Amino acid sequence: MKLTLRVWRQKNADAEGAMSTYEVDGISPDMSFLEMLDTLNEELILKGEDPVAFDHDCREGICGACSLVINGDAHGPERTTTCQLHMRSFRDGDTIDIEPWRAAAFPVVKDLVVDRSAFDRIIQAGGYITAPTGAAPEAHATPVPKPDADFAFEHAECIGCGACVAACPNGAAMLFTSAKVNHLNVLPQGAPERETRVLDMVAQMDAEGFGGCTLAGECATACPKGIPLMSITNMNKEWLRATRKAGKR
Amino acid sequence: MTFYADYTTGEPVADTKAPAGPVHERWDKRRFEAKLVNPANRRKHTVIVVGTGLAGGSAGATLAEQGYHVIQFCYQDSPRRAHSIAAQGGINAAKNYRNDGDSVHRLFYDTVKGGDFRARESNVHRLAQISVEIIDQCVAQGVPFAREYGGLLDTRSFGGVQVSRTFYARGQTGQQLLLGAYQALSRQIAAGNVELHARTEMLDLIVIDGRARGIVARDLITGKIDTYFADAVVLASGGYGNIFYLSTNAMNSNATAVWRAHRRGAYFANPCFTQIHPTCIPRTGDHQSKLTLMSESLRNDGRIWVPKAKGDTRPPHQIPEDERDYYLERIYPSFGNLVPRDIASRAAKNVCDEGRGVGPGGQGVYLDFADAIRRMGRKAVEAKYGNLFDMYQRITDEDPYEVPMRIYPAVHYTMGGLWVDYDLQTTVPGLFAIGEANFSDHGANRLGASALMQGLADGYFVLPATINDYLARNPRTDTVDAGHPVVQEVLAETEDRLNLLLSVDGDRTPDSFHRELGELMWEYCGMARTETGLRKALERIPQIREEFWRRIKVPGTGEEFNQSLEKANRIVDYLELAELMCLDALHRSESCGGHFREESQTPDGEAARKDDTFSYAAAWEFTGTGTAPVLHKEDLVFEYVHPTQRSYA
Repeated sequence: MKLTLRVWRQKNADAEGAMSTYEVDGISPDMSFLEMLDTLNEELILKGEDPVAFDHDCREGICGACSLVINGDAHGPERTTTCQLHMRSFRDGDTIDIEPWRAAAFPVVKDLVVDRSAFDRIIQAGGYITAPTGAAPEAHATPVPKPDADFAFEHAECIGCGACVAACPNGAAMLFTSAKVNHLNVLPQGAPERETRVLDMVAQMDAEGFGGCTLAGECATACPKGIPLMSITNMNKEWLRATRKAGKR
Repeated sequence: MTFYADYTTGEPVADTKAPAGPVHERWDKRRFEAKLVNPANRRKHTVIVVGTGLAGGSAGATLAEQGYHVIQFCYQDSPRRAHSIAAQGGINAAKNYRNDGDSVHRLFYDTVKGGDFRARESNVHRLAQISVEIIDQCVAQGVPFAREYGGLLDTRSFGGVQVSRTFYARGQTGQQLLLGAYQALSRQIAAGNVELHARTEMLDLIVIDGRARGIVARDLITGKIDTYFADAVVLASGGYGNIFYLSTNAMNSNATAVWRAHRRGAYFANPCFTQIHPTCIPRTGDHQSKLTLMSESLRNDGRIWVPKAKGDTRPPHQIPEDERDYYLERIYPSFGNLVPRDIASRAAKNVCDEGRGVGPGGQGVYLDFADAIRRMGRKAVEAKYGNLFDMYQRITDEDPYEVPMRIYPAVHYTMGGLWVDYDLQTTVPGLFAIGEANFSDHGANRLGASALMQGLADGYFVLPATINDYLARNPRTDTVDAGHPVVQEVLAETEDRLNLLLSVDGDRTPDSFHRELGELMWEYCGMARTETGLRKALERIPQIREEFWRRIKVPGTGEEFNQSLEKANRIVDYLELAELMCLDALHRSESCGGHFREESQTPDGEAARKDDTFSYAAAWEFTGTGTAPVLHKEDLVFEYVHPTQRSYA
């Protein structure tokens, strides 16, 4: 396959960026999207040009490092991560636009690489269960009903890639935050911190400069792990519950 | 014959920390004998932890909970992305919830036997003991393990064992355990007990007066090279499987931290013990950048086969039952498709070498779920393996519910690593290695679902107990700062190395060298090794190294985000480590576990160990790039599990 790529190039956080155009040839439909970019970079290095910087690591769809907006869609046309997108999803002669995640809370580091540390700080605000090593009771002491365990797992699948934020017209991080709140709040082990968790995480989310949620639903459509939109509704319920409870105290 | 292969044998190395006495009492005894640091004094101690995977993440969190000041590093943009996240199948624990005859002693026995009698009994027994606590700890953190309808934890079985002791979270167990550790670490970051440096890569170790006192690390965004100081340094930087270029490791996993530590005096043990995982998706062409694993748990229900006839190119559904060879079930009737990884991998290689492989290039075997779907129904198969099937379909464009999967072995894990004693301390005082970065617990072959167990055992329970002893015995000193002459020297060496890489301005990319080295290693130091092949590799590696420094091209500068520079610098270390791996494989002229020397096999082609000669861990001492290392042997004594030829028939 022969393709035309229009790629966002930006030297560093402070520099101005722009789209640059490159031609690539000999692309196999079995290549992953990132292997296609590897091919481009090998050529650029040999030509003495700066290769395109992009985040990637496991290349099996689980680490959440890869993060490209492809033809306007976070992670491209298939519902998967960019590393699991294959060139068979494109046609010979296509022109492909490649941009970084776009969100105020995710500043560009270089080219297609962005800073997602805001996500880490949301987790630090309360996305955990306080269980210091060694203090744990026997695992079978507290059975967890299977539907609750499955619900927790469904939300725990989030890989923290940020596609939800990139896809959201408001740049909101509600789906990311709600996934963790739901994962931990449904479990008996997470109950003691149920209220503080949701209040603190939402407060941190707002402090990071993510946009507000208007339930546009783009986040759930872009999520490569299928975190459902209802996750946000549930978090809103948790937040209201916690706020009311805090008011009574 | 190169000079490098003329190694000498030095003094034996001994594990002086494991107490004597019955094996099941040793860990309690060690914990009691180890000195403690007063809680009020802990905050005065700083510990550096490199890596945030299962081992590093759990260690950082636990040390901080105990009151130590932790400085932690990861090259990823977030500690949540360490490659432990990609582990699929599960984590072993001797809970015996199934009442199927499991016990701490059986897990200990299975692990020593699975490792083909090349691991230390004391360490393995401790691992089996701690396995039970790990599950408790993870459940308390909210790790969503699979559960039965009654609300209790579900388990499944894995290769090399006959009990069901593997706890799992669908095909994403590593992810869920890592997020548990990451969340515990996040809590400590928020509390100010852990100072985290993400996108920062360790480039060298600082050793002063014979003790590890800090590291040199590069901020990958600004390119700034800095020094960090501590009272002890913990390496949790993972394995070195990426040396093969194609492996199931993450693209940026690398050996720099352990190799630089080795160059500063830490012995490197059993570097040739690498694990080739039997169930990976075969490669599709030269563009391939990495290989993807299909969890071993699939072997619980999938049946592995190839056509009986050579060169049979019919599609699988047209090959009748009696013309299929379910070779694992045929050769190993009692373990069948669940034989240990090294055996399953070698068997796949053998049938492909016979010309009975399937798929492009004949480099694949079928993993067939047709029987499982008939027996359990598609729904049940989907519930158990759905995400793996989706992943397979995405990569290959084939539907595994309809067409059998094609799989082939690929490099997956490295049992070798920095030599450590029972306290997980390397031969450099104050330098500890945990998780895949050390060599300790898996011998010559790791059993499935045991890497997660070991990473978390080391990080949550072992290291936090043993590091106290070191810190208590080595009172804190303030003599180290950036102005110390040794620090200046290490810093200058690092800067010189990077500047040299940038200044060569040759005509070959970092990837082209990495690929060349990887292909050489796969050919000669991969699934089957011979003296001739290894000698060939030992001759070739210094040539590639010489060419590398003449022809490497790294664009850009060191004072910016420069992924080519990161890659090139990691290859520098691979080009030295590769030589040690080949030498280790050459010197160990027996077969054991994942190390198969063609010269040493039984009449039916199984690995033949030579216990009289090789019942030791080989710990190598660095003497210079390309110069012969010194071998230190640690004799392995088996008091409880008596070495036998492994039999899974």
